[in-house]
Amino acid sequence: MGEKVLMKGNEAIAEAAIKAGCRHYFGYPITPQTEVAAYMSKRMPKIGGTFLQAESEVAAINMVIGVSSTGKRVMTSSSSPGVSLKSEGISYLAGCDLPALVVNVQRGGPGLGGIQPSQSDYFQATKGGSHGDYHNIVLAPASVQEMASLTQKGFELADKYRMVSMILADGTLGQMMEPVEIEEVSANQVEKPWALTGTGMKREHNIVNSLYLKPDLLEIKNFERFEKYKVVEENEVMYEEYMVEDADICVVAFGISARVAKNAVNMARAQGIKAGLIRPITLWPFPKKPLFNAAQHCKAFISVEMNMGQMIQDVELAIRCTRPVYLCNRTGGMIPSPDQVLEKIVEVNDGGAK
Amino acid sequence: MSTLNILYAGFGGQGILFSGKFVAYDGLIAGKQVSWLPSYGPEMRGGTANCSVIISDDPIGSPIVEKPDVLVAMNGPSLDKYENEVVSGGKIFVDSALIERKVERTDVDVYYIPSTKIANEKGIPTLANMIITGKMIKEVPELSIDNMDTVLSKIVSARHQDLLEVNKDAVRTGYDYE
Repeated sequence: MGEKVLMKGNEAIAEAAIKAGCRHYFGYPITPQTEVAAYMSKRMPKIGGTFLQAESEVAAINMVIGVSSTGKRVMTSSSSPGVSLKSEGISYLAGCDLPALVVNVQRGGPGLGGIQPSQSDYFQATKGGSHGDYHNIVLAPASVQEMASLTQKGFELADKYRMVSMILADGTLGQMMEPVEIEEVSANQVEKPWALTGTGMKREHNIVNSLYLKPDLLEIKNFERFEKYKVVEENEVMYEEYMVEDADICVVAFGISARVAKNAVNMARAQGIKAGLIRPITLWPFPKKPLFNAAQHCKAFISVEMNMGQMIQDVELAIRCTRPVYLCNRTGGMIPSPDQVLEKIVEVNDGGAK
Repeated sequence: MSTLNILYAGFGGQGILFSGKFVAYDGLIAGKQVSWLPSYGPEMRGGTANCSVIISDDPIGSPIVEKPDVLVAMNGPSLDKYENEVVSGGKIFVDSALIERKVERTDVDVYYIPSTKIANEKGIPTLANMIITGKMIKEVPELSIDNMDTVLSKIVSARHQDLLEVNKDAVRTGYDYE
C-alpha cells in the first residue's frame, strides 16, 4: 500500500481513473469540477493518454462513445448543467450497451443555477435522465477516499455490465482535501469481445448501434437489458449502516449530506435518542432491503438531502410507506448543518414533526 | 475524543488556502484524521476566502467548520463575521496590522500579531499567512512545529522550491513572536 497524500476530491477522481487504466478523457470546463480536467491535462500527455478539451459537452460525450466502442476505458466529467448537455449521449451509450464513466460534481440548479454544492440531480442520475428505458449505475462517494475508490469501482462495474457508471458527487466533495490512498487496478478485468478493434479478416465484424427500426427487435433488446439490470440490482447494492441496529429514528442520506447527518446522529445519541444512519453508496441500484429491514423497528425515517426532496421518494418506496418519512433539506447550494438535522431528529423523536 | 476545528478567513490572495493545507498536512503526518475545505468560486479572485481545517483522532463527519475552536482572522470582515461563532474557550488569532479593532469576546483567548507588517518588513509580503500560522502552532497545543520541514517540502510545489526556506523562516518568525 502506498503513502496517504492530501488531495482534492476532483484530483482523486482523476488519479484513480488513471490508475484504473483510463487513458482517454474528454471534457469541457465547468465549476466545481474543473480540477478533474486540469489534472488530466497535466497527466495524460505524460503517460501516452489522451486529454481533449472538446468544443462542448455534447462533443465530449460523443467522443466517449467513440472510444468506448473500441473497448478502451474512457471517461468524461462535468457539473450539473454540463451533464444535462451530455444526457443525449448517455442514452446512446445505454442503447449501445457501452461502458463509460461519467462524473457529475453537482452544483445548484435548475438552469445555470449556481456554483455551490447540491444534490439536486438525484432524479436525473437515478431515473434515467435522458430518453428511453435505461439505467445508469450511480455511485455516491462521501469522502475523498471514496471519490477514488468508487471511480475505480465504477470502471469495473461499467465494463462488467456494459453500462454507464455515474459518480454523483457534489462541489464540496470535489473541492475538499482529505488523505487518500489510490491503488493501481487492472484495466482488463473483463473481456470485451464486442469491441470494435478491427477484424484482421479473422472474424465477423462487430456492430455497435442503438438504432432498431423493428419494434419487436427493439422490445427484445430492452427486455434483455432489463434482465441485466435485475442482476445488477441483485448483486451490486452498496450502503453503509451506522447505529441502525437498535435505532428508533433512521436518517437516510448520501454523499456530503451523510457526513453532516452522521454528526447529527452522534449528537442525538449523546442526548439519549436512538438515531441511526443508512447511507446509500449505490443510488441505483438503491439499497431497498436494508431500509425495509430498518422499518421493522424504526418508528420514522428522515431523508437528508441538498435538494427539494428527491431521494425521499425512493425511501418511501423501499419501506413501502409503512413508516412516516420526513424531509430535512437545504437547496440552491446551501448545506444542512448538523444542528438542523439534530433538530429534525429531536422533533421527529418527539412525534411532533409536521 | 479530540477534534480541533480551525477556520482561516481573509481576502483571496492572502494564502488562506495554502496555510490551511499546511496545517492539514501537519495533522496527516502526525497520524491524525484531517479534512480541508475551501470556499471556492469568485471569492478566489479577491473577495473573502475561508478555509475549514479539521484535525481529529476520529473519523471526521462534516468537513464544514461552523463553530471553530481556532479562528485565524486576516481581515476585518472575517473577524466581524466569525468572532461570535468561535466556541467558548477557543482561540482567535488576529492580524493586527490589518485589523484595527480588538476582539470583543471575553471568553476566548486572543492573540494579536501584526503578521502583514512583519512580512513586509522582512521583505516577504506574501507570507503573512505563514507568520500568523507559526504563532498559531505555538499557541495551540494540538499542533506542533516538529514536522514543518517535511510538511513544507510536500506542499510547496516543485517549481517553487526556492520558496521553501522563506516559508520556514516565516513560520519560525511567527512561532517565536512574543
